[in-house]
Amino acid sequence: MTNHWIDYQHSDVIMAIGVNTAENHPVSMRWIDRARERGAKLISIDPRLTRTAAVADIWLPLRPGTDIALLGGLINYTFENNLWQHEYVVNYTNASYLLAPSYSFADGVFSGLADGAYDRESWQYELDEKGNPLQDLTLQHPRCVFQVMKGHYARYDKDTVCRTVGCSPEDFERVAATFCATGAPGKAGNILYAMGITQSTHGSQNVRATAVLQLLLGNIGIPGGGVNAQRGEANVQGSTDMAMLFHILPGYLNMPQAKAHPTLADYNAKETPASSYWANKPKFLVSLLKAWWGERAAGDNDFCYHWLPKLDGRNRSHIAIFESMARNEIKGMFVWGQNPAVGGPQAELERKALENLDWMVAVDLFETETASFWRRPKVQPADIKTEVFLLPAAASYEKDGSVSNSGRWIQWRHKAIQPPGEARSDLWIADQLYKAICYHYLRGGVFPEPIVGLNWHYGEGEEEPDIEKVALEINGYDTGSGQPLENFTKLSADGSTACGCWIYSGYYNDLQDPPTKRRIRETEGIGTHAGWSYVWPLNRRILYNRCSSDPSGSPWNPELPLVWWEGGQWQMNDVPDFAWKDAPPEKTAGSPFIMLPELQARLFSPGMVDGPFPEHYEPVESPVANVLSPQQNNPVIIWWQGLGKLASSKEFPYIGTTYRVSEHWQSGIMTRNSPWLAEMAPEMFVEISLELGAKLGISNGSEVLVSTPRGEIKAVAYVTRRLKPMAVAGNMVEIVGMPWHWGYRGLFPGDSANVLTPHVGDPNTTIPEYKAFLCNIRRA
Amino acid sequence: MKVTRREFFKLTGVAALAAVVVGCDWENDPVFSHRLEDAKEVTTICPYCSCGCGAICYVVGGKLVSVSGDPDHPINEGALCSKGASLLNLNTVYNLRTHDPELNPNRLDKVLYRAPYSQTWVEKNWRWAMDRIAKKVKETRDESFERQADGITVNRTKAIAHLGSAALDNEENYLLAKLMRSLGIVNMDHHARL
Repeated sequence: MTNHWIDYQHSDVIMAIGVNTAENHPVSMRWIDRARERGAKLISIDPRLTRTAAVADIWLPLRPGTDIALLGGLINYTFENNLWQHEYVVNYTNASYLLAPSYSFADGVFSGLADGAYDRESWQYELDEKGNPLQDLTLQHPRCVFQVMKGHYARYDKDTVCRTVGCSPEDFERVAATFCATGAPGKAGNILYAMGITQSTHGSQNVRATAVLQLLLGNIGIPGGGVNAQRGEANVQGSTDMAMLFHILPGYLNMPQAKAHPTLADYNAKETPASSYWANKPKFLVSLLKAWWGERAAGDNDFCYHWLPKLDGRNRSHIAIFESMARNEIKGMFVWGQNPAVGGPQAELERKALENLDWMVAVDLFETETASFWRRPKVQPADIKTEVFLLPAAASYEKDGSVSNSGRWIQWRHKAIQPPGEARSDLWIADQLYKAICYHYLRGGVFPEPIVGLNWHYGEGEEEPDIEKVALEINGYDTGSGQPLENFTKLSADGSTACGCWIYSGYYNDLQDPPTKRRIRETEGIGTHAGWSYVWPLNRRILYNRCSSDPSGSPWNPELPLVWWEGGQWQMNDVPDFAWKDAPPEKTAGSPFIMLPELQARLFSPGMVDGPFPEHYEPVESPVANVLSPQQNNPVIIWWQGLGKLASSKEFPYIGTTYRVSEHWQSGIMTRNSPWLAEMAPEMFVEISLELGAKLGISNGSEVLVSTPRGEIKAVAYVTRRLKPMAVAGNMVEIVGMPWHWGYRGLFPGDSANVLTPHVGDPNTTIPEYKAFLCNIRRA
Repeated sequence: MKVTRREFFKLTGVAALAAVVVGCDWENDPVFSHRLEDAKEVTTICPYCSCGCGAICYVVGGKLVSVSGDPDHPINEGALCSKGASLLNLNTVYNLRTHDPELNPNRLDKVLYRAPYSQTWVEKNWRWAMDRIAKKVKETRDESFERQADGITVNRTKAIAHLGSAALDNEENYLLAKLMRSLGIVNMDHHARL
């Protein structure tokens, strides 16, 4: 999130797209309602009449997977009706930059496509002799980003958009007029999104489309505005920050690649941009290496940089890991609080792949479907070789530790009770695991140095590790004195500081009164609650907040000033997100996005693998041809072997989509074992329209079978007005909607929707396309 | 010393006793008052979605008796959704026959082990399990470890995978990232990718 939950109260229009906030983040409605009490409007864009849609001012039903068509239509509407925020766009974005003549776009494809990948050389700015981008601040030059973009989205006219999305022109007009009106200076439009946006073969571009629209309307960096990703788990923000992902190290430092980064000098040279706050990257990496390898990390050994594993250039994300496991390349797996046998795409493929493991260590509160894959229905345990360890973990209130919410608030949880029986905190399990592994490597083995040399001193023997020592290490300390660092501005690249995750630096900088544990509510102000917990980075609550004021430093909305220039100095209701010290407005107006090399926001972005502008493509399985271009799918999708044959719309005529219910959480392993919740939502169901029910003779409450080329599941039919057939490019299409919380364990077992979903994902992130696939449905 | 609940939390963030609690209207509500009698209050954050709602655990004699929304928390101001309101169940449920509270019978409270080709779980102790896991990790790592590839130091194993976890705390994830990378693991991913 750029902003945070409480800040929703300041929005004038809230557009929830690909997020069912009333059911999946119920407390968010508290702040949405606070805004509506002042007259704010809520728009829900969703295929189903969800509970969010039911209470919204406007509901636009959208065919799954067509978000870019809709958002592109809104971008075009903004241009056509001159609703973009002129001063904001000219000053705070790259709208005025000229593009190199080599850039082009035709027939749904950007320049540089060859062999299923883009060479991004042509997606560049035109540079002057000094290497700086040429600009036209009048935005008239035909090759400036603004004009090229305007031309790109002129194709997204109302008729084309409605034929693609399956909505009515009246609904489109209402959404566009309401939301794009927030382009007026002083108005705040807020876009909320979740997995309806990301779980797509163009999911990253879906997100970009929301950001581009918000930049055009001047809605980034202001109270009540923003692009607000409503994340699905209590600490998925924190686990991402801590880099539980193949491609990064803590604090979003890219993992070293063997070819590009054989040495620390190579890494620093190629990964450190000349401008932006990332120019400090060497300090972050060296401080991380000092945190990990302590005194062994020194200047004369590249701070043990060569002890980090180097990637081989191959994707090693979730889908890739299971593809690799299916090829018998992976022998052992740890799985902590995660349940891919229910939550992974094409779940039968992933369950089967687990059989190739020699060993698995699962850590959880309850027995998951993943831990018990060897005794799932229709398999013989006697055929499965895997040695499985199922370790009992402590629940959230049975241990101490911090979690980071969607708004980046790092909040502390205190231990209330002992875990039951022999259950232990994951911290204790990690500590014991290290000690056990280290014990054996101290007695020999292949390259034991990085393991036995690890800086790991959190407690003796089998006692609970001292979490404060871990928190201090994450926060950072002076390697000489051991004293905590105030924040990451104190980091250095010479080995005098250690810091486990630079963006968290400051969260535990006072051992007597750690900011993360603070509970001081704001009594007056605009709801930033600066004394409540700690927010990364630097306790900054709203990102890019230089943009809350105009170039001369006056707030766009004087009622809600965030950071503004008055009386010859900066006044602030938040920690400024720019180099503000001794810098008057004219010095800071051109650099409000400090993490980007341009220091200005990118309407045109050369950083994506699939295009500098978001472009509509159909999901890999779609019942219709792309109306916007002859390019049916994202041209740089990774086609995985496990995916197999795609569904044809002849055999599988309906669009399948998955979602969640309030009473269950993700793969359901906690909620299906909580009797109060399991009783409220005991059974797997699928939703279809009254029209489809009548056509197929399926009555409400009867059993049905839903199938795709990947598998078949049984469920109870919910025949409902909440779904309606949609007119798409002259065809009527039907949607089969289903929650994905069930599996073969827990109090109320049921079939898993992910048996149906495909092993394919977004080319930037590989997030699977759960939200739009083809299926068939029939009476059981 | 007499402090308000809010001031008390400001000072310590944890463990207010009912005897020193005054100041909030809801504390005089008869529905809530029984929970407060002799109960230790411990603040927590809901483990479900990412709103980051505050909740209070009420503990009597080391047992969890109730969990409810934290009225002092600025995000949820005491409210909880259906999942948040059921937090007690992760530890404690009511026996359907006796109506007495008991440990959720599905909670894992022992290390379970399934040997290759076996039909069943068997209980093990931690020390045995940790040693056995460490040996398996070492065996797999040592067989598959690459010191160099194409003349470049790579120090990695592609034969071990690590999934998780958005369900863990920051400090736990941090230690696991540190440990797994020190082993040379490159197949590493979690919920954020789904």
